Amino acid sequence: MNQILKFKLDGVECMGYKDQYITNAAAENGFYIPTLCNIPGVKPRGACRICNVRVNGKLMTACTTPLANGMVIECQTEELKDLRKAIIELMLTEGNHFCPSCEKSGNCELQALAYRFNITVPRFKYQFPERDIEASHPKLIKDHNRCILCKRCIRVIKDEQGRNIFAFGKRGNRITINIDTELANDISDENARMAYEICPVGAILLRENAFREPIGKRKFDHVPIGIEMERFHK
Amino acid sequence: MTKKITIEPVTRVEGHGKVTIHLDEEGNIVQSRLHIVEFRGFERFVQGRPYWEVPVLVQRLCGICPVSHLLAAAKAMDVIVGVDPEDLSPTAEKMRRLMHYGQFFQSHALHFFHLASPDLLFGIDAPVEKRNIIGVAREHKDLAVQGVMMRKFGQEIIRLTAGKKIHGTGAIPGGINKNLSPEERDFLLKGKNPLNADKMISWALDAVNLFKFYHASHRDFIDKFAAFPSNHLSLVRKDGALDIYHGVLRSIDQDGNKILHDVDYSDYLDYIGEEVKSWSYTKFPFLRHLGKENGWYRVGPLARLNTCDFIPTPLAQKEWEEFKAYTKGKPNNMTMHTHWARLIETLHAAEVIKDLLIDPDLQGEELIRKGDKKFEGVGVIEAPRGTLFHHYKINDDDLVSMANLIVSTTHNNEPMNRSVRLVAEEKLAGQKMITEGMLNAIEVAIRAYDPCLSCATHAMGQMPLEVSLYNNENELIDRFYSYRRG
Repeated sequence: MNQILKFKLDGVECMGYKDQYITNAAAENGFYIPTLCNIPGVKPRGACRICNVRVNGKLMTACTTPLANGMVIECQTEELKDLRKAIIELMLTEGNHFCPSCEKSGNCELQALAYRFNITVPRFKYQFPERDIEASHPKLIKDHNRCILCKRCIRVIKDEQGRNIFAFGKRGNRITINIDTELANDISDENARMAYEICPVGAILLRENAFREPIGKRKFDHVPIGIEMERFHK
Repeated sequence: MTKKITIEPVTRVEGHGKVTIHLDEEGNIVQSRLHIVEFRGFERFVQGRPYWEVPVLVQRLCGICPVSHLLAAAKAMDVIVGVDPEDLSPTAEKMRRLMHYGQFFQSHALHFFHLASPDLLFGIDAPVEKRNIIGVAREHKDLAVQGVMMRKFGQEIIRLTAGKKIHGTGAIPGGINKNLSPEERDFLLKGKNPLNADKMISWALDAVNLFKFYHASHRDFIDKFAAFPSNHLSLVRKDGALDIYHGVLRSIDQDGNKILHDVDYSDYLDYIGEEVKSWSYTKFPFLRHLGKENGWYRVGPLARLNTCDFIPTPLAQKEWEEFKAYTKGKPNNMTMHTHWARLIETLHAAEVIKDLLIDPDLQGEELIRKGDKKFEGVGVIEAPRGTLFHHYKINDDDLVSMANLIVSTTHNNEPMNRSVRLVAEEKLAGQKMITEGMLNAIEVAIRAYDPCLSCATHAMGQMPLEVSLYNNENELIDRFYSYRRG
């Protein structure tokens, strides 16, 4: 049986388990810590940095920091909320995100977070980078304009032999996540759909699948992102 | 000394435009032009995007009739996914029709009640403070409420078929993404007064009668203002009926002779050319076989009621017969009769909406069909303002490689310019003083076409007006400037 640990989150006494990450423990205690790269059951990477919290006064990513007994965690301070908002704004300005014509609109986690954080105009300049769209694969399309480099696809989507179908290409600020051309040719329908679904934005698309879900039935049409976790505390 | 008069922007139309009129020493009209001064570029920036994104993307051209662009592009994409527009599932076709007729209803109501009625109710040279929708609301409250509620009803139809009142996603390549639930159907069919189909038919009929009443006492103005003979072009159903969703291309000349014989719209490039002129961002379409000088034509309500052989709903058919009888069966070339035609179409739309709502196909489950993929597709539809062409090519990766759009208002470019010229000659030529009412007369002529100058979501309504007088050396000699114009 896992060891039970006690911690404080925004002044509320909480309980979790040894080896549990802060994000997951917070969710079980009814707190939502926003994240774009984290997926339950997959080893966290702290790629997006939106889940930054202060642990005993120090800035840490909640998704990669294991719980410890007696931790004092600050999550919803004005400083941290503004930090998260700034990171989301950086993502929105660093890529080319045009929600009106994006098929992920309504199901997009980045868009949902922008709504949740009331981002009407980002504080940073739009970069308008020149990026291409990788559309030669039979089932999947990779739109580099929208990719936020969260690495979800790299970590989750493997072929039957465990090989990565997605991988980094280039370096530094020109880094991209690309599809392995040979492996993508044989990707199963199930894996292709999973790649589409785990992508938090509209960077991985299923061919000829767009706009099948009517407005009103999409994930964030009626409720803000994270509300299902906020059972006790908002 | 010559003078140049500029009306910028033209008001109570959708989009941005300006009119320039040059007068010589005697005050004769030397030149008059309607300039469409905005540039959009949608044909360029859809290139490189996946084809299924296009209907949702290009509808952003317009906030008044985005459904037209959504459906025209979707029809082109139907062809690309291998589904002939006539082979959609019954549910898909009827849902799209409901969406389109709902849009027609709201767009026509918007134009008549909000944009055009102030000129008719108060006169074209009434004080500007009065000559607007607020003025209508103050003095004709019931009429203003009727206009607002008719528009609301149309918008509700769009919401329930496309997902949102503006810029929804309902039409997708090969079909639609939702049907109409029984609850949604009943909301429109049996909604609380006045928001139900029967009331809308009744109000639409009232609006036609209102126009006829006005016509009876202003016959000279309505019949002669900016009237001139022209060709007319529109889609018609294969049996000649008025059909705004699908059909074949027909054009007639000023005497009613067919000059385009019910041809397949996919071959539009064989029949229609577009001339470019240096002073406008809008091209000048013409029928190729008649040439640039003689091949121009009108589109929109007047053209549709001239080209069709009948209207397939009873109340609108009766009104159409009266409309046709007024010109003894010949084409109607009276520009202000466009308002009459528009209101008959509004009535037709209301009747079709009711017929569709009681059709059980709207609750069908087959939403999408698919066939053998093609790499090129043309979609044509009758938008409220006229015939709308969308033409796309895609590459092997499903990305758009070419797009060509001929938007309704583009077809009316030459007719609108001729209307401006006619009214300028009648109202401005030889006048020592140019009044605001005279300039509004120019706009009334343009407004009859209900142009969507930018096909955009902005710049409608109360805008500043600037009239500048220049001498022949282009020196400013006088300026009239006014805000908050109707």
